[in-house]
Amino acid sequence: MKILVCISKAPDTTAKIAFKDNNTAFDENNVQFIVNPYDEWYALVRALELKETLGGTVTTISVGEVDMDAIIRKAFAIGADDGVRIDAPATDAYFVAEQIATFAKQGAYDLILTGKETIDYNGSSVGGMIAEMLNLPFVSLATKLDLSGTTATLECDIDGGTEVLECNLPLVISAAKGMAEARIPNMRGIMAARTKALQVIAATTADKLTEIKSYTLAPGRTTCKMIDAENAASLIDMLHNEAKVI
Amino acid sequence: MSVLVYTEVSKGKIKKASLEAVNYAAAMATQMGTTTTAIIINSAEASLDDLGKAGANKVLQLTNSAVNTSDSQVMTRIINHAAEAENAQLIIFSNDLTAKAVAPRLAARLKAGYIAGAIAHPIMEGNAFTINKNVFSGKAIASCYTNSAKKIISLLPNTFPVQTTGTPVAPTSFEVPSEMLTSQIKVKEVKRESNELSLPEAELVVSAGRGMKGPENWGMVEELAKELGAATACSRPVSDIGWRPHHEHVGQTGLAIRPNLYIAIGISGAIQHLAGVNGSKTIVVINKDPEAPFFKSADYGIVGDAFEVVPKLIEAVKKFKAAHH
Ligand SMILES: Cc1cc2nc3c(=O)[nH]c(=O)nc-3n(C[C@H](O)[C@H](O)[C@H](O)COP(=O)(O)OP(=O)(O)OC[C@H]3O[C@@H](n4cnc5c(N)ncnc54)[C@H](O)[C@@H]3O)c2cc1C
Ligand SMILES: Nc1ncnc2c1ncn2[C@@H]1O[C@H](COP(=O)(O)O)[C@@H](O)[C@H]1O
Repeated sequence: MKILVCISKAPDTTAKIAFKDNNTAFDENNVQFIVNPYDEWYALVRALELKETLGGTVTTISVGEVDMDAIIRKAFAIGADDGVRIDAPATDAYFVAEQIATFAKQGAYDLILTGKETIDYNGSSVGGMIAEMLNLPFVSLATKLDLSGTTATLECDIDGGTEVLECNLPLVISAAKGMAEARIPNMRGIMAARTKALQVIAATTADKLTEIKSYTLAPGRTTCKMIDAENAASLIDMLHNEAKVI
Repeated sequence: MSVLVYTEVSKGKIKKASLEAVNYAAAMATQMGTTTTAIIINSAEASLDDLGKAGANKVLQLTNSAVNTSDSQVMTRIINHAAEAENAQLIIFSNDLTAKAVAPRLAARLKAGYIAGAIAHPIMEGNAFTINKNVFSGKAIASCYTNSAKKIISLLPNTFPVQTTGTPVAPTSFEVPSEMLTSQIKVKEVKRESNELSLPEAELVVSAGRGMKGPENWGMVEELAKELGAATACSRPVSDIGWRPHHEHVGQTGLAIRPNLYIAIGISGAIQHLAGVNGSKTIVVINKDPEAPFFKSADYGIVGDAFEVVPKLIEAVKKFKAAHH
């Protein structure tokens, strides 16, 4: 079983969001970056569980600059066998997908896993794009993944319920909550991470189709109107007359 | 040329999120001096009048049977085929589960600039579009630019109220060559949970957290929701410990919703929770701790014990309904 897991970085959710250069760029000063939670908790951990029962390798792939290396080492500490970084700023989903698809073509992977979305740009785009570029089936937002031989059984949320799907490998999957439980790296993993191979390769030429021109902070709520608990009933009138939402 | 918009039926009706997407597509078509075509699949039982009312000039009703809509490859071929037939350079989705599976594939196939989760109409300058979307879990807004020849935009649900002031159009039957429907994905089982209101589409949501103490206390949360005609939601720990089903979990790792009204009961307001709900138009927080961080992100707050406050609200809604009907 050869599994490729797409690993991205994201600012820690508690990080203060600020912009620089006249609001055209995210200010990374004092921002702690983490492995994008969906990539780590669900995609990577499920890949490792499958490898542990079926044998094989788990390779991570990331498109990014040198600051991505710490993120990749964290994935190593959790258990990935080796990793690849494609050396380019990851500013557009199409560009990122094309880099990963080009790399994956040479590897004959049975499974390519991505996270549901990056929690900074929330695009949910890269997985589907990779699948199209490789002409492979794609299961979006899977909450369960099991393998038996070369057949994958998956569970996905649908409107008001869930569905069970079956598909032959190779396959691209984006992983959502439920697929696995987060793992905390142990000392042995952390030590082993240092010696695992992190291969850095140059980016191929690919187009960027979108670009962020500027940012603004979301408007906060002005003030919270407090209602006395004794008078809770008056909330309903306010929701009708003032807020006009009921 | 035309603007193509992908639409869906649920429970015999066009989905509200689809109507929002049609409104959105029609506004753009007007600005571009062209027309709007809606495409709909597996819609045999439904009335499609609402599509015309929401602004579609043409409705393509796929008449092939046995379309596996759970296969993004099949869906991509169908929508691509329709886009070619309609000479559409711009394709609109609602940013729902289908869009997440299909829109990126289609974007890769068409080499189209894809903006996921738009919250505003684009600013158009020649062929270039600039569109606002939420980033950093709703803490900021980014202006995204694309100048590619083809474009795909998915609209965040509940961003604009639905307008249905147009006129119905008779659907045009549309068939794709059967080889486009060959699927590598088998649907083994579909499990539907009752016919509750769909949370992403709900305009009113009543949500509760660990402050409710246990699953046995959810009766009042459900009753308040039922009286208001609201959907129910919950914080993550509550779904993690199994007090509530997973599909109710909102927040950074769950669903992101933006209803008109979000009532949070016994939820502290952690940043990861806010990430999924801070787009709501009006937020009400009920918490016994006056220092709960959620009050800083609320429009209305009640400091009090949920077990006393919620029954009062249920009574007040009943009275309100009696007076307004
Ligand atoms: C990476 C990451 C992702 C996460 N993703 C999510 C997510 O998607 N969604 C999410 O919700 N959380 C998420 N969390 C967890 C989040 O940080 C909080 O732990 C969680 O939201 C707290 O849930 P809660 O408010 O229900 O519980 P608590 O924080 O325990 O708060 C309970 C509240 O109830 C109040 N209360 C108690 N009794 C009463 C009463 N009788 N009447 C009224 N009020 C009462 C208390 O004052 C308190 O404010 C995430 C955490 C991490 C680290
Ligand atoms: N720069 C990147 N390098 C590697 N994988 C990425 C990168 N960006 C996104 N991904 C993967 O694609 C998924 C969806 O990302 P997005 O489309 O940006 O929401 C993430 O969860 C990652 O698994």
